[in-house]
Amino acid sequence: MHVLIAVASLGGFALIAGLLLSLAQKKFRVEGDPMVEKIDAVLPQTQCGQCGYPGCKPYAEAVARGEADINHCVPGGERTMHQLADLMGVEPKPLAEEPTAPMVAFIREDDCIGCTLCIKACPVDAIVGAPKQYHTVIADYCTGCTLCVEPCPVDCIDMLLKPELIEHWAWPLPETERARIGRERKGSHARAA
Amino acid sequence: MPALLKRLGQVLGWMPAGFFGGIEVPDRKLTAHEPIRECPVPDVLILPMKQHIGEQCHPCVHIGDHVLKGQKIAATEGYMAAPVHAPVAGKVVKIEEHRIAHPSGLGLPCIFIEPDGSDGEHRYEPWADWETRDPAELRERVRECGIVGLGGAVFPTFIKLVRDQHHPINTLILNGIECEPYLTTDHRLMLEHADEIVRGLSILRYMVGARECVIAIEDNKQDAVEVMRQAVVRASLTGVRVIAMPTRYPQGSEKQLIESITGKQVPAGKLPVHIGVLCQNVATARAVYHAIEHGRALTERVVTVSGEAMPRPGNLRIPFGAPVRFVLAQCGLEDLDGVHVLHGGPMMGERLRSVDVPVVKATNGLLALHEEQIHGLNAEEQPCIHCGHCGEVCPIRLVPNLLADHCRNDAFERAEAYQLFDCIECGCCSYVCPSSIPLVHYFRYGKGQLAQIRRAETFAEESRRRSEARERRLAREREAKQARRRARKASTPAQAEDGEG
Ligand code: SF4
Ligand code: SF4
Ligand code: SF4
Repeated sequence: MHVLIAVASLGGFALIAGLLLSLAQKKFRVEGDPMVEKIDAVLPQTQCGQCGYPGCKPYAEAVARGEADINHCVPGGERTMHQLADLMGVEPKPLAEEPTAPMVAFIREDDCIGCTLCIKACPVDAIVGAPKQYHTVIADYCTGCTLCVEPCPVDCIDMLLKPELIEHWAWPLPETERARIGRERKGSHARAA
Repeated sequence: MPALLKRLGQVLGWMPAGFFGGIEVPDRKLTAHEPIRECPVPDVLILPMKQHIGEQCHPCVHIGDHVLKGQKIAATEGYMAAPVHAPVAGKVVKIEEHRIAHPSGLGLPCIFIEPDGSDGEHRYEPWADWETRDPAELRERVRECGIVGLGGAVFPTFIKLVRDQHHPINTLILNGIECEPYLTTDHRLMLEHADEIVRGLSILRYMVGARECVIAIEDNKQDAVEVMRQAVVRASLTGVRVIAMPTRYPQGSEKQLIESITGKQVPAGKLPVHIGVLCQNVATARAVYHAIEHGRALTERVVTVSGEAMPRPGNLRIPFGAPVRFVLAQCGLEDLDGVHVLHGGPMMGERLRSVDVPVVKATNGLLALHEEQIHGLNAEEQPCIHCGHCGEVCPIRLVPNLLADHCRNDAFERAEAYQLFDCIECGCCSYVCPSSIPLVHYFRYGKGQLAQIRRAETFAEESRRRSEARERRLAREREAKQARRRARKASTPAQAEDGEG
């Protein structure tokens, strides 16, 4: 008798819990792949395509599917590689390519013919201009992806080094032996981009 | 027994409560007995567009313009800012980037003024009758005159001078602590200009409506304590106490001083006003007095030019923009071989990489030291022996050795969780560390990296938003195009049929 009560009550409980869980799954369903979102969240969003994919989101999808390796994002550098390694649960590995210094595009307005091709190429809408008018780059929006350079028919877009602002300057590590060893042991200089 | 008596005195409020941690440092006040002397005007003054914490100013004069002493030459629309004024009458000869006293060695846009020797001066209307004026009006004047905290923090002063019903200010503390070794500017100002400082105190008190005022001075300046007491009596003020605090570094730091006097701690991430306290430096109070009662903008300050390698140390009144090289020459120092020049005190100041930088509002000291006087200059960092000294002296109660580990290993998020950003960079931990670990340097590194990471994250977020908006727009355009095409397709055959029929 006791056994029956136990089985019935536990079984009933399991049934209710199961119902609740399936309801919850319907209600709190996550749109899209959460892994892709997580990976995309740590990518620098430069949208430069240097990873071999047409933007950060496609690279995130490829990494999540296990197709692309974690070390291909050039602007992200060491820090992004480490974050991807953490997310994917794999060992960090050396970067496929050395990261480059941050750049910003600059249009020599005297040469610009106003063809609007660069506007179409810019992945973050950082170029303003109208047909047959000078175009210019909003430096604060430019990610330095270089995608606008190739399409320009008169070659009037230069990639300049991003100017170093005194407010954005950061202290380097102390120049002591132990600081150096500590950094080498980590096998990296995980710096911010 | 004496310890017990001291504790009793603290509990009963006869004695200042003191603050946690801190260290005793040799005070080396070489210039305590040197009266303030005037620094001559150099051939050119270099005025950086940002001498305060906050937004950078933009020039409001042009090359070739003639300016008066005290005329505003740069300002910004931004809230957190302090305008810049011409320290002398003269001509604007250049506006370009010039190196400033900053560890990066980078520069800022600067206005170059060549003095013309005339004494043309611009003054605002003097308000001897400030007691009848609206505090908001006085506050605007303090802002307009470019006054910032002269203790070294250079925070725009007007921001703190608010009457807010939610956070009434009960206690106004005037900071005459000056706990950094060598520095004696506040000391000399109190001795020579006590009445002006007390006037400034009255104005500040009126502006914020504080009931109680405390003038805090360390007991290594007994003469200043005496002079200030007399000045308070002369001004027949009530509710103003002048107290001598036991000398201990970094008592002059705002939050430490508040803890010392009131026994209350300012919670992390909060401001003194949240516990009803306003703290101002004595030199700032004097600048406020000049701005209100004489209508004078902040264009000069007293700087301690000192150090064992300085031939004629002294306290100099220096117009902003004077090149450090020129100031050092006034004190007999021209050959800089084997001499390290510090901007600020030895604990929190910076070693200057170049002396071709101008004196600014933040310059409270210029020190010339030999190698042996700089603490731990060439010491090699050893492993931490976990002696715990650093934690004992940290006035913020941090755990410096762990923090430094996290910074060294680039575990910045971990360091942040250990309250890295609460560190006031006082240098106590580095000072006592037997392993010569440059702890503060690690913290600066960590803070800088974290700031860059945060900036990169914000930028990535914005870029993502813009790129997604673009994707959506392109998708919409594609769809519209297809819709048009479909519409055309749908109508074309119809037309064709029409044609046939
Ligand atoms: S290389 Fe990095 S920043 Fe560039 S598109 Fe690929 S993931 Fe984005
Ligand atoms: S004082 Fe230096 S050696 Fe001692 S615990 Fe702190 S960091 Fe380690
Ligand atoms: S950790 Fe920061 S606040 Fe604490 S003693 Fe060191 S420098 Fe001072």
